[in-house]
Amino acid sequence: MIKMLLVKMVMIFSIAASAAIETYQFDSPQQEARFRELGFELRCPKCQNQAIGDSDAEISGDLRAVVYRMIKEGATDGEIRDFMVARYGRFVLYNPPLDQQTIVLWLGPVGLLILGGVLVLLRIRRSTRALHKRDF
Amino acid sequence: MSRWVVWAPLGVFVVLVGFFFKGLTLDPSMQPSALIGKPVPSFQLTDLHTGKVLTSQTLPGVPFLLNVWASWCITCQVEHPYLTELSDQVPIVGLNYKDSETAAKNWLAKLGDPYTTQIFDPNGRLGLDLGVAGAPETFLVDSSGVIQLRIQGEVNDRVYQRQILPLLETLK
Repeated sequence: MIKMLLVKMVMIFSIAASAAIETYQFDSPQQEARFRELGFELRCPKCQNQAIGDSDAEISGDLRAVVYRMIKEGATDGEIRDFMVARYGRFVLYNPPLDQQTIVLWLGPVGLLILGGVLVLLRIRRSTRALHKRDF
Repeated sequence: MSRWVVWAPLGVFVVLVGFFFKGLTLDPSMQPSALIGKPVPSFQLTDLHTGKVLTSQTLPGVPFLLNVWASWCITCQVEHPYLTELSDQVPIVGLNYKDSETAAKNWLAKLGDPYTTQIFDPNGRLGLDLGVAGAPETFLVDSSGVIQLRIQGEVNDRVYQRQILPLLETLK
């Protein structure tokens, strides 16, 4: 009984897992790994916060096909990224390069951290000074 | 405590309200095109009706709208009457995107054909080169074939008056 239930559960999960899998054949495991990596790194232009690797949108399927074709044709990851950026803009990159346009994005958090640290230090120094005054 | 520290939270609040207010009017699904200021990508496709070869050389030498549509696209049907109205004012070139020939022809026969030319792109190759994320999309192209504006989604009177017309007038 329990065994049967387990078998059924496994079957249900295997159906869910195979739903999004397309049949792409690769020459090497490295190629497949690159395909997977790029699928997570490139953003679906239609669906906001999803990578093309886990989106069911029509356009994501098209872009996966392009990535596959380009990998098979021997394009480098950089060439594939450039191809996508030339058509869909920076938006497609989940990992945008550091340059003038993205400097706030990359350094903003660090800047805020430093600012916060400085404020805390000032606070501490002031309160210890106040303490000293009271002591003497 | 010095005075500015007292006012700082209010300042932060005002800045945040400013950002949120701006955010209210932004639509994250509207992406600026990577092709603004660039020529229409070169292509070699056929005319849906005549089967003749079309390339970027055969585009009209005047400012025109390039409308990406398909018979499976609901919003395209919604904007169709407006495009028909608009076709007296500006030439509209159709890009039939990832469609079947019969379905596209039937659609035009049923709803009317406001297009000066119909580029048939069943595999979406030109669509991909244009950075099309889905139909409908409309590009404003100038007389030398350079893309000036991209509209994602429906073109209606509001979009035309606010975005397309002001730019179109500078191109004429």
